[in-house]
Amino acid sequence: MQMHIDFIAEARRQSEICNACRYCEGYCSVFPALHRERAFSDGDITQLANLCHNCRGCYYACQYTAPHEFDLNLPQALANVRQDSWKAHAWPARFAHVFDRNGVAMTGLLVLGFGLIFALAQGMRPASGEGFYAYLSHGLMVAIFSPAFLLPLLTIAISLRGYWTTVGGGRLRWTDLRGAFALAGQMKNLKGGHGDGCNFEDEDRFSHARRHFHQAVLYGFLMCFAATSSGTVLHYVFGLEAPYSFVSIPKLLGVPGGILLCIGTAGLAWLKTKADPELGASGAWGGEMAFVLLLFSVSATGLALYAATGSGAVSWLLPLHLATVLTFFLLTPYSKMAHGFYRLAALTRENAKQRGDA
Amino acid sequence: MATDPDIVVIGGGNAALCAAITAAEAGAKVVILEAAPKAYRGGNSRHTRNFRCMHSGPLGPLVESYGEDEYFDDLMKVTGGKTDEDLARLAIRSSEECLPWMESHGVRFQPSLSGTLSLARTNAFFLGGGKSLVNAYYRTAKKLGVVVHYDAKVTHVALDGDRVCRVDYSTGDTQHSLSPQSVIVASGGFQADTDWLARAWGPAARNFLIRGTPYNRGVVLADLLDQGVQQVGDPTQCHAVAIDGRAPKFDGGIVTRLDCVPFSIVVNRDAERFYDEGEDVWPKRYAIWGRLVAAQPDQVGHVIIDAKSLNLFMPSVFPPIKADTLEELAEKMGLPPARLRATVKEFNRACGDTSGFHPTELDGVATSGLTPPKTNWARPITQAPFYGYSLRTGVTFTYLGLKVDRNAQCSIGDRPISNLWAAGETMAGSILGQGYLAGFGMTIGTVFGRIAGKEAAAHANAH
Repeated sequence: MQMHIDFIAEARRQSEICNACRYCEGYCSVFPALHRERAFSDGDITQLANLCHNCRGCYYACQYTAPHEFDLNLPQALANVRQDSWKAHAWPARFAHVFDRNGVAMTGLLVLGFGLIFALAQGMRPASGEGFYAYLSHGLMVAIFSPAFLLPLLTIAISLRGYWTTVGGGRLRWTDLRGAFALAGQMKNLKGGHGDGCNFEDEDRFSHARRHFHQAVLYGFLMCFAATSSGTVLHYVFGLEAPYSFVSIPKLLGVPGGILLCIGTAGLAWLKTKADPELGASGAWGGEMAFVLLLFSVSATGLALYAATGSGAVSWLLPLHLATVLTFFLLTPYSKMAHGFYRLAALTRENAKQRGDA
Repeated sequence: MATDPDIVVIGGGNAALCAAITAAEAGAKVVILEAAPKAYRGGNSRHTRNFRCMHSGPLGPLVESYGEDEYFDDLMKVTGGKTDEDLARLAIRSSEECLPWMESHGVRFQPSLSGTLSLARTNAFFLGGGKSLVNAYYRTAKKLGVVVHYDAKVTHVALDGDRVCRVDYSTGDTQHSLSPQSVIVASGGFQADTDWLARAWGPAARNFLIRGTPYNRGVVLADLLDQGVQQVGDPTQCHAVAIDGRAPKFDGGIVTRLDCVPFSIVVNRDAERFYDEGEDVWPKRYAIWGRLVAAQPDQVGHVIIDAKSLNLFMPSVFPPIKADTLEELAEKMGLPPARLRATVKEFNRACGDTSGFHPTELDGVATSGLTPPKTNWARPITQAPFYGYSLRTGVTFTYLGLKVDRNAQCSIGDRPISNLWAAGETMAGSILGQGYLAGFGMTIGTVFGRIAGKEAAAHANAH
């Protein structure tokens, strides 16, 4: 693993100033972790960077931001290290550069995916089948999406193993993992310590907007995922094949999940246009925005597809929706989506450290 | 300006904001004239971290209780009795109701910071520090309709007999005048005006560092004193601590402090010791070392520690100078090597049994037969590598200021000025004659800011 030395050095310089000040101790998980150390290894800095949720509370509270000569901007310094750490741990390493070209990669994959699936739907249209199986057979969908889903998960697992080594993680304990899921589930680190929320869209004003939109994305996504999973179970275990009626587990999870995901991603995209880009990773704004919009497209096309059931529009909406899902899956290890996995790893590691595991 | 406001507040830190918010809540139209640009708004309050608060039981982040008499005794100890008891007790008694007021106006507290546990009972720490407090107050003031002008430098407060008739200020090259009903001065001390400091202290003051804002140059203070407004305090008195000599001239704030003195020997330019480094725990002694260093040649001190003491104190922003021998350390620090070696040797010989060493308590591990002695934490300096820090005097704020009464009102001759009030560092000399108690500056600012705001609004509303 090779990380950008300048980013690490700058984050270390700033962390040492923070460690001499400590005014921000109550904001989030980063500061208690930072204040435990006197010197910061590259692994320590990488871990701090992945603990940081970019809530920006520390930036607006900081007496040393520019034009002060100390020029602190910890949210950006850590965002740069964080983004760089994902690239450094990306597997296979030759795909690391995709992080820098998310917009291009997404457009390319979307076009390719749409073309491929549209062609398959036209050329290999099944003789029989209901709903979207009338366009694309179940077997063909499984043949495309099983590897497109499982391979990225495998590469993420390899990346996380590398991260765990970098930050000096020991044996994984269930209690630490459970604690990390609890923190992530309520997004405690976006509450700002005092419970008033974070600073994002309006300078130093605290609000829960980002936390709530992000929770809509998280839970909307999980509901959509559960909808698909339940469909798989119904199909293979109970022999119940799609299309499902509105009063069925896949639809009861998928429709509200899709709506939540739409609202959450639209909200996050809107907030992102209000927030100061100088407090995020340099050059990552476009890729992050593209990712949020991709996730919006996944949910919006999914809902549109459901609304278009039975109409001719399915012939192009289905390939479009499946192309967005395919793109999303394939880019998971090389886009902002990776942050969820690294964040959980960082929170797990922090829980272990708090328990006293070196 | 089309219409004059009811009240002009000069200054933009904690005291000014407490005054402006209180006055606006009483229905007054308030304008704040802040000399700094927005990025540096808030004066020295930007660098503060806590508020010393009386409390009869657990209150907000504060544990146990801290009564009026104990608080007052703590104050008397650090000021050597040079305290206005009436005003000090007023500040102390009012502090208890301030904490909930601060919370309801947007300030958030946090448990005592790591490394400051000794203050958990007496001082309430602001979550995010003083700048977050300042931000919260600006948000609250804005909601109340308070108008804030940044880069607004007050040049003259015109007096007509016993009332202020006009406030002149400039923004860039443009001159403005306002004629409000009431005026509140909360624009701090004069410490950022090095020439003024040098007139009071002599040329030594040019070597002082200013820990806080470069915008507190005492322009309004001088203007009012020149017109005969009653003054209080000695121009050489100030809150001054010993900070890292490599700190910037202005605005270094908290991170430049050094907590290593109790575990060290401190020598001057000539590598001679000059004071008992282990006299008391550091939170009770840090405020005297500014003056001790100021009295040394070139106004500089040098802290010398060895490897076994390096991790006993909070890290500071600049890494220590490091060397394998004392001679090499002396070379790197510009000290006479032979002399430093001799001073350390003499100190080490005077050290006795160190088995009772305890870094966080007065351990009585003292030197014998040494002048000056080191009365606690005296362990020989023997274990390489050796480390050094330079110390300089860091001024927080000066005490020469405007004399006020219990209503925060200023006076001229023997008469009160009917529409002039003062709050914060600019009148802190009315209470503090010398010395300093951590977190008391914010208490004075909050208490007298609120009083000034209330009185100024009552005056404006009656006219």
